[in-house]
Amino acid sequence: MSLRSPLGEAKGLGSAKEGLHHWWAQRVTAIALIPLTIWFAFKVAVLSQSDYQTVLACIGSPWSAALIVSLIVAAFYHAALGMQVIFEDYIGHKAARVGAIMATNLLLFLLGAAAIIAVVRIALGG
Amino acid sequence: MAEFKLPENSVIQKGKTYPAPEGATRIQEVEVYRWDPDSGENPRVDKYKIDLDSCGPMVLDAIIKIKNEIDPTLTFRRSCREGICGSCSMNINGKNTLACTKDIGDIEGPIKIYPLPHMPVVKDIVPDLTHFYAQYASIKPWIQSSTPPPSDRERLQSKEDRTKLDGLYECILCACCSTSCPSYWWNGDRYLGPAILLQAYRWLADSRDENAGERLDELEDPFKLYRCHTIMNCTETCPKGLNPAKAIAEIKKLLVERKIA
Repeated sequence: MSLRSPLGEAKGLGSAKEGLHHWWAQRVTAIALIPLTIWFAFKVAVLSQSDYQTVLACIGSPWSAALIVSLIVAAFYHAALGMQVIFEDYIGHKAARVGAIMATNLLLFLLGAAAIIAVVRIALGG
Repeated sequence: MAEFKLPENSVIQKGKTYPAPEGATRIQEVEVYRWDPDSGENPRVDKYKIDLDSCGPMVLDAIIKIKNEIDPTLTFRRSCREGICGSCSMNINGKNTLACTKDIGDIEGPIKIYPLPHMPVVKDIVPDLTHFYAQYASIKPWIQSSTPPPSDRERLQSKEDRTKLDGLYECILCACCSTSCPSYWWNGDRYLGPAILLQAYRWLADSRDENAGERLDELEDPFKLYRCHTIMNCTETCPKGLNPAKAIAEIKKLLVERKIA
Protein backbone atom coordinates (compact mmCIF):
# COMPACT_ATOMS: atom_id res chain seq x y z
CA MET A 1 0.00 0.00 0.00
CA SER A 2 1.28 3.42 -0.96
CA LEU A 3 1.05 6.21 1.58
CA ARG A 4 1.71 8.80 -1.11
CA SER A 5 -0.96 11.45 -1.57
CA PRO A 6 -3.34 11.00 -4.52
CA LEU A 7 -2.16 14.35 -5.93
CA GLY A 8 1.46 13.18 -5.71
CA GLU A 9 0.50 10.01 -7.61
CA ALA A 10 -1.42 11.98 -10.23
CA LYS A 11 1.38 14.48 -10.84
CA GLY A 12 3.99 11.72 -10.97
CA LEU A 13 7.21 12.86 -12.62
CA GLY A 14 5.49 15.81 -14.30
CA SER A 15 5.18 16.65 -17.96
CA ALA A 16 7.75 15.51 -20.53
CA LYS A 17 7.10 18.84 -22.32
CA GLU A 18 7.18 17.06 -25.67
CA GLY A 19 4.84 15.00 -27.79
CA LEU A 20 3.78 17.69 -30.25
CA HIS A 21 6.58 16.82 -32.69
CA HIS A 22 5.64 13.13 -32.71
CA TRP A 23 1.95 13.91 -33.22
CA TRP A 24 2.66 16.48 -35.95
CA ALA A 25 5.15 14.27 -37.82
CA GLN A 26 2.66 11.39 -37.83
CA ARG A 27 0.06 13.61 -39.52
CA VAL A 28 2.48 15.21 -41.99
CA THR A 29 3.79 11.80 -43.12
CA ALA A 30 0.21 10.50 -43.36
CA ILE A 31 -0.74 13.34 -45.71
CA ALA A 32 2.47 12.93 -47.74
CA LEU A 33 1.77 9.22 -48.14
CA ILE A 34 -1.59 9.80 -49.85
CA PRO A 35 -0.22 11.16 -53.18
CA LEU A 36 3.00 9.11 -52.96
CA THR A 37 1.10 5.82 -52.53
CA ILE A 38 -1.35 6.63 -55.32
CA TRP A 39 1.54 7.53 -57.64
CA PHE A 40 3.43 4.35 -56.70
CA ALA A 41 0.39 2.09 -57.19
CA PHE A 42 -0.25 3.72 -60.56
CA LYS A 43 3.41 3.21 -61.52
CA VAL A 44 3.38 -0.47 -60.50
CA ALA A 45 0.17 -1.05 -62.48
CA VAL A 46 1.65 0.58 -65.60
CA LEU A 47 4.93 -1.32 -65.29
CA SER A 48 3.35 -4.69 -64.51
CA GLN A 49 3.41 -5.71 -68.19
CA SER A 50 6.87 -4.29 -68.92
CA ASP A 51 10.15 -6.21 -69.19
CA TYR A 52 12.97 -6.05 -66.64
CA GLN A 53 15.07 -3.40 -68.42
CA THR A 54 12.11 -1.03 -68.81
CA VAL A 55 11.26 -1.30 -65.10
CA LEU A 56 14.90 -0.67 -64.12
CA ALA A 57 15.07 2.37 -66.39
CA CYS A 58 11.87 3.75 -64.95
CA ILE A 59 12.93 3.31 -61.30
CA GLY A 60 16.33 4.79 -62.11
CA SER A 61 15.01 7.96 -63.74
CA PRO A 62 15.76 10.94 -61.44
CA TRP A 63 12.17 11.91 -60.63
CA SER A 64 10.97 8.34 -60.07
CA ALA A 65 13.96 7.54 -57.85
CA ALA A 66 13.38 10.71 -55.82
CA LEU A 67 9.68 9.95 -55.41
CA ILE A 68 10.32 6.31 -54.43
CA VAL A 69 12.94 7.35 -51.85
CA SER A 70 10.44 9.93 -50.49
CA LEU A 71 7.80 7.20 -50.28
CA ILE A 72 10.21 4.91 -48.43
CA VAL A 73 11.23 7.61 -45.93
CA ALA A 74 7.63 8.70 -45.28
CA ALA A 75 6.30 5.14 -45.00
CA PHE A 76 8.98 3.81 -42.65
CA TYR A 77 9.01 6.96 -40.51
CA HIS A 78 5.22 6.85 -40.29
CA ALA A 79 5.34 3.15 -39.40
CA ALA A 80 7.88 3.78 -36.62
CA LEU A 81 5.78 6.61 -35.15
CA GLY A 82 2.60 4.52 -35.33
CA MET A 83 4.14 1.39 -33.81
CA GLN A 84 5.50 3.48 -30.94
CA VAL A 85 1.98 4.73 -30.16
CA ILE A 86 0.60 1.18 -30.21
CA PHE A 87 3.33 -0.09 -27.87
CA GLU A 88 2.79 2.86 -25.49
CA ASP A 89 -0.94 2.12 -25.46
CA TYR A 90 -0.80 -1.61 -24.87
CA ILE A 91 2.48 -2.54 -23.15
CA GLY A 92 2.41 -1.55 -19.48
CA HIS A 93 5.75 -3.07 -18.49
CA LYS A 94 8.26 -0.24 -18.92
CA ALA A 95 11.32 -2.25 -19.96
CA ALA A 96 9.24 -4.33 -22.39
CA ARG A 97 7.72 -1.17 -23.85
CA VAL A 98 11.02 0.63 -24.38
CA GLY A 99 12.58 -2.59 -25.71
CA ALA A 100 9.77 -3.14 -28.20
CA ILE A 101 9.99 0.47 -29.42
CA MET A 102 13.78 0.30 -29.83
CA ALA A 103 13.68 -3.07 -31.61
CA THR A 104 10.96 -1.86 -33.99
CA ASN A 105 12.78 1.38 -34.74
CA LEU A 106 15.98 -0.53 -35.47
CA LEU A 107 14.21 -3.03 -37.73
CA LEU A 108 12.30 -0.32 -39.62
CA PHE A 109 15.51 1.72 -40.04
CA LEU A 110 17.33 -1.32 -41.46
CA LEU A 111 14.50 -2.13 -43.87
CA GLY A 112 14.21 1.51 -44.94
CA ALA A 113 17.96 1.85 -45.42
CA ALA A 114 18.05 -1.36 -47.50
CA ALA A 115 15.17 -0.14 -49.67
CA ILE A 116 16.80 3.27 -50.24
CA ILE A 117 20.18 1.71 -51.09
CA ALA A 118 18.44 -0.55 -53.64
CA VAL A 119 16.81 2.43 -55.36
CA VAL A 120 20.05 4.46 -55.28
CA ARG A 121 22.00 1.56 -56.80
CA ILE A 122 19.50 1.28 -59.64
CA ALA A 123 19.49 5.07 -60.13
CA LEU A 124 23.29 5.18 -60.28
CA GLY A 125 23.36 2.26 -62.70
CA GLY A 126 25.01 -0.13 -60.21
CA MET B 1 -1.70 -1.81 -19.33
CA ALA B 2 -4.24 -3.41 -21.61
CA GLU B 3 -6.23 -6.13 -19.86
CA PHE B 4 -8.61 -8.30 -21.80
CA LYS B 5 -9.57 -10.77 -19.07
CA LEU B 6 -11.03 -10.11 -15.64
CA PRO B 7 -8.81 -11.08 -12.72
CA GLU B 8 -9.92 -14.29 -10.97
CA ASN B 9 -11.50 -12.47 -8.02
CA SER B 10 -13.43 -10.09 -10.31
CA VAL B 11 -15.24 -12.74 -12.35
CA ILE B 12 -18.96 -12.11 -11.98
CA GLN B 13 -21.08 -14.89 -10.43
CA LYS B 14 -24.80 -15.50 -10.64
CA GLY B 15 -26.62 -13.69 -7.84
CA LYS B 16 -29.99 -13.73 -6.14
CA THR B 17 -33.34 -13.15 -7.82
CA TYR B 18 -36.01 -11.13 -6.08
CA PRO B 19 -39.53 -11.87 -7.42
CA ALA B 20 -42.06 -9.20 -8.36
CA PRO B 21 -44.52 -8.15 -5.66
CA GLU B 22 -47.94 -9.80 -5.80
CA GLY B 23 -50.46 -8.05 -7.99
CA ALA B 24 -47.77 -6.23 -9.99
CA THR B 25 -48.97 -5.36 -13.47
CA ARG B 26 -46.05 -3.64 -15.18
CA ILE B 27 -43.03 -5.72 -14.23
CA GLN B 28 -39.52 -4.51 -15.03
CA GLU B 29 -36.44 -6.63 -14.41
CA VAL B 30 -33.40 -4.80 -13.05
CA GLU B 31 -29.99 -6.50 -12.98
CA VAL B 32 -27.48 -4.90 -10.63
CA TYR B 33 -23.77 -5.59 -10.12
CA ARG B 34 -23.14 -6.35 -6.45
CA TRP B 35 -19.83 -6.56 -4.64
CA ASP B 36 -19.14 -6.33 -0.96
CA PRO B 37 -15.46 -5.86 0.01
CA ASP B 38 -16.08 -7.34 3.46
CA SER B 39 -17.58 -10.63 2.26
CA GLY B 40 -14.49 -11.93 0.45
CA GLU B 41 -16.77 -13.23 -2.29
CA ASN B 42 -16.63 -12.56 -6.00
CA PRO B 43 -18.97 -9.95 -7.46
CA ARG B 44 -22.42 -11.15 -8.52
CA VAL B 45 -25.40 -9.84 -10.47
CA ASP B 46 -28.67 -9.68 -8.52
CA LYS B 47 -32.01 -9.57 -10.34
CA TYR B 48 -34.85 -7.49 -8.97
CA LYS B 49 -38.36 -7.46 -10.41
CA ILE B 50 -40.16 -4.22 -9.69
CA ASP B 51 -43.60 -2.82 -10.49
CA LEU B 52 -43.28 0.24 -12.72
CA ASP B 53 -46.76 1.40 -11.71
CA SER B 54 -45.37 2.37 -8.32
CA CYS B 55 -41.99 3.65 -9.54
CA GLY B 56 -40.72 7.00 -10.81
CA PRO B 57 -39.74 7.37 -14.48
CA MET B 58 -35.93 7.29 -14.27
CA VAL B 59 -33.45 4.48 -13.65
CA LEU B 60 -32.39 6.21 -10.42
CA ASP B 61 -36.00 6.00 -9.22
CA ALA B 62 -35.90 2.25 -9.78
CA ILE B 63 -32.63 1.91 -7.85
CA ILE B 64 -33.95 3.99 -4.95
CA LYS B 65 -37.14 1.90 -4.96
CA ILE B 66 -35.08 -1.29 -4.75
CA LYS B 67 -33.05 0.08 -1.82
CA ASN B 68 -36.16 1.35 -0.01
CA GLU B 69 -38.48 -1.59 -0.56
CA ILE B 70 -36.50 -4.70 -1.48
CA ASP B 71 -32.82 -4.68 -0.54
CA PRO B 72 -31.41 -1.99 1.81
CA THR B 73 -27.85 -3.34 1.34
CA LEU B 74 -27.69 -1.98 -2.23
CA THR B 75 -25.07 0.79 -2.27
CA PHE B 76 -24.89 3.66 -4.75
CA ARG B 77 -24.18 7.38 -4.94
CA ARG B 78 -26.88 9.92 -5.68
CA SER B 79 -27.67 13.44 -4.67
CA CYS B 80 -29.46 15.96 -6.86
CA ARG B 81 -31.57 13.55 -8.99
CA GLU B 82 -31.63 16.13 -11.80
CA GLY B 83 -28.39 15.70 -13.73
CA ILE B 84 -26.32 18.46 -12.17
CA CYS B 85 -24.30 16.83 -9.38
CA GLY B 86 -22.82 13.92 -11.35
CA SER B 87 -23.02 11.48 -8.42
CA CYS B 88 -25.16 8.74 -9.97
CA SER B 89 -22.96 8.08 -13.02
CA MET B 90 -22.94 4.37 -13.81
CA ASN B 91 -22.99 1.94 -16.72
CA ILE B 92 -26.59 1.30 -17.77
CA ASN B 93 -27.17 -1.26 -20.52
CA GLY B 94 -23.63 -0.89 -21.75
CA LYS B 95 -23.43 2.88 -21.77
CA ASN B 96 -22.07 5.24 -19.12
CA THR B 97 -24.70 7.77 -18.12
CA LEU B 98 -26.48 9.41 -15.21
CA ALA B 99 -29.13 7.16 -13.67
CA CYS B 100 -31.22 10.20 -12.78
CA THR B 101 -31.62 11.39 -16.39
CA LYS B 102 -31.91 7.96 -18.00
CA ASP B 103 -35.56 7.22 -18.79
CA ILE B 104 -36.65 3.64 -18.02
CA GLY B 105 -38.97 3.89 -21.02
CA ASP B 106 -35.96 4.16 -23.36
CA ILE B 107 -34.70 0.74 -22.31
CA GLU B 108 -35.95 -2.45 -23.91
CA GLY B 109 -35.75 -5.64 -21.84
CA PRO B 110 -34.00 -5.82 -18.49
CA ILE B 111 -32.15 -2.80 -17.10
CA LYS B 112 -28.52 -3.81 -16.60
CA ILE B 113 -26.58 -1.70 -14.10
CA TYR B 114 -22.81 -1.88 -13.56
CA PRO B 115 -20.25 0.48 -12.01
CA LEU B 116 -18.28 2.82 -14.28
CA PRO B 117 -15.91 0.56 -16.26
CA HIS B 118 -12.31 -0.19 -15.31
CA MET B 119 -12.32 1.71 -12.02
CA PRO B 120 -11.61 0.19 -8.61
CA VAL B 121 -14.94 -0.60 -6.94
CA VAL B 122 -15.60 0.57 -3.38
CA LYS B 123 -18.89 -1.34 -3.05
CA ASP B 124 -21.63 -2.38 -5.51
CA ILE B 125 -21.92 0.44 -8.07
CA VAL B 126 -19.73 2.93 -6.22
CA PRO B 127 -16.38 3.40 -8.01
CA ASP B 128 -13.25 4.82 -6.41
CA LEU B 129 -12.69 8.20 -8.12
CA THR B 130 -9.77 9.32 -5.92
CA HIS B 131 -7.24 9.31 -8.77
CA PHE B 132 -9.71 11.01 -11.12
CA TYR B 133 -10.19 13.88 -8.66
CA ALA B 134 -6.42 14.10 -8.02
CA GLN B 135 -5.87 14.40 -11.77
CA TYR B 136 -8.43 17.20 -11.79
CA ALA B 137 -6.54 18.99 -9.01
CA SER B 138 -3.27 18.53 -10.94
CA ILE B 139 -4.42 20.79 -13.81
CA LYS B 140 -5.03 23.67 -11.36
CA PRO B 141 -8.68 24.25 -12.22
CA TRP B 142 -8.88 27.87 -11.12
CA ILE B 143 -8.07 31.28 -12.61
CA GLN B 144 -4.37 32.01 -12.56
CA SER B 145 -3.58 35.64 -13.14
CA SER B 146 -0.71 37.97 -12.28
CA THR B 147 -2.85 41.05 -12.79
CA PRO B 148 -4.61 41.81 -9.52
CA PRO B 149 -8.40 41.92 -9.74
CA PRO B 150 -10.01 45.39 -9.86
CA SER B 151 -10.63 46.61 -6.32
CA ASP B 152 -14.25 47.58 -6.90
CA ARG B 153 -15.61 44.83 -9.15
CA GLU B 154 -15.10 41.33 -10.53
CA ARG B 155 -12.77 40.59 -13.47
CA LEU B 156 -14.63 41.58 -16.60
CA GLN B 157 -15.16 39.36 -19.63
CA SER B 158 -16.77 40.32 -22.93
CA LYS B 159 -19.92 38.50 -23.97
CA GLU B 160 -18.01 37.12 -26.95
CA ASP B 161 -15.27 35.69 -24.72
CA ARG B 162 -17.87 34.29 -22.36
CA THR B 163 -19.45 32.27 -25.19
CA LYS B 164 -16.11 30.48 -25.62
CA LEU B 165 -16.82 28.70 -22.33
CA ASP B 166 -20.13 27.31 -23.55
CA GLY B 167 -19.93 23.55 -23.96
CA LEU B 168 -17.13 23.48 -21.36
CA TYR B 169 -18.47 24.99 -18.15
CA GLU B 170 -21.43 22.58 -18.14
CA CYS B 171 -19.17 19.61 -17.33
CA ILE B 172 -20.17 18.14 -13.96
CA LEU B 173 -17.18 15.76 -13.63
CA CYS B 174 -19.35 12.65 -13.50
CA ALA B 175 -16.48 10.65 -15.11
CA CYS B 176 -18.77 8.96 -17.67
CA CYS B 177 -16.46 10.04 -20.52
CA SER B 178 -13.12 9.18 -18.93
CA THR B 179 -14.27 5.71 -17.88
CA SER B 180 -15.63 5.01 -21.39
CA CYS B 181 -12.23 5.74 -22.96
CA PRO B 182 -9.99 2.72 -23.76
CA SER B 183 -6.91 4.93 -23.53
CA TYR B 184 -7.97 5.87 -19.99
CA TRP B 185 -8.57 2.19 -19.18
CA TRP B 186 -5.08 1.15 -20.30
CA ASN B 187 -3.08 4.20 -19.19
CA GLY B 188 -5.30 6.06 -16.73
CA ASP B 189 -2.45 6.31 -14.24
CA ARG B 190 -0.79 8.90 -16.51
CA TYR B 191 -3.32 9.83 -19.22
CA LEU B 192 -5.55 12.64 -17.91
CA GLY B 193 -8.62 11.41 -19.79
CA PRO B 194 -11.36 13.36 -21.58
CA ALA B 195 -13.07 14.91 -18.53
CA ILE B 196 -9.90 16.40 -17.08
CA LEU B 197 -8.64 17.53 -20.50
CA LEU B 198 -11.98 19.24 -21.21
CA GLN B 199 -11.60 21.01 -17.86
CA ALA B 200 -7.99 21.91 -18.74
CA TYR B 201 -9.23 23.47 -21.98
CA ARG B 202 -11.98 25.29 -20.07
CA TRP B 203 -9.21 27.31 -18.36
CA LEU B 204 -7.15 27.71 -21.54
CA ALA B 205 -10.26 29.16 -23.21
CA ASP B 206 -10.98 31.60 -20.40
CA SER B 207 -10.06 35.18 -21.42
CA ARG B 208 -9.41 36.10 -17.78
CA ASP B 209 -6.71 33.47 -17.28
CA GLU B 210 -3.08 34.52 -17.86
CA ASN B 211 -1.30 31.20 -17.53
CA ALA B 212 -1.99 29.50 -20.88
CA GLY B 213 1.72 28.97 -21.52
CA GLU B 214 2.38 27.08 -18.32
CA ARG B 215 -0.86 25.14 -18.68
CA LEU B 216 0.23 24.00 -22.17
CA ASP B 217 3.72 23.14 -20.87
CA GLU B 218 2.13 20.88 -18.28
CA LEU B 219 -0.19 19.22 -20.82
CA GLU B 220 2.33 18.55 -23.60
CA ASP B 221 3.23 14.99 -22.75
CA PRO B 222 2.95 11.69 -24.65
CA PHE B 223 0.86 10.23 -21.83
CA LYS B 224 -1.00 13.12 -20.19
CA LEU B 225 -2.44 14.42 -23.49
CA TYR B 226 -1.41 12.43 -26.55
CA ARG B 227 -2.99 9.13 -25.48
CA CYS B 228 -6.16 10.58 -27.04
CA HIS B 229 -6.59 8.85 -30.40
CA THR B 230 -9.99 10.43 -31.16
CA ILE B 231 -11.86 7.22 -30.37
CA MET B 232 -14.83 9.50 -29.53
CA ASN B 233 -16.43 7.27 -26.88
CA CYS B 234 -16.30 10.33 -24.61
CA THR B 235 -18.48 12.46 -26.86
CA GLU B 236 -20.79 9.53 -27.60
CA THR B 237 -21.46 8.85 -23.93
CA CYS B 238 -21.50 12.33 -22.30
CA PRO B 239 -24.87 12.61 -20.49
CA LYS B 240 -24.65 16.41 -20.73
CA GLY B 241 -24.22 16.36 -24.51
CA LEU B 242 -20.72 17.89 -24.38
CA ASN B 243 -17.84 17.16 -26.74
CA PRO B 244 -14.63 16.36 -24.79
CA ALA B 245 -12.96 15.03 -27.96
CA LYS B 246 -13.27 18.47 -29.55
CA ALA B 247 -11.84 20.15 -26.44
CA ILE B 248 -8.83 17.82 -26.60
CA ALA B 249 -8.42 18.62 -30.31
CA GLU B 250 -8.46 22.33 -29.40
CA ILE B 251 -5.61 21.77 -26.92
CA LYS B 252 -3.61 20.00 -29.65
CA LYS B 253 -4.35 22.91 -31.99
CA LEU B 254 -3.08 25.41 -29.40
CA LEU B 255 0.17 23.43 -29.12
CA VAL B 256 0.54 23.51 -32.91
CA GLU B 257 -0.23 27.23 -32.93
CA ARG B 258 2.41 27.87 -30.30
CA LYS B 259 5.24 26.04 -32.03
CA ILE B 260 4.46 25.54 -35.72
CA ALA B 261 1.70 27.73 -37.10
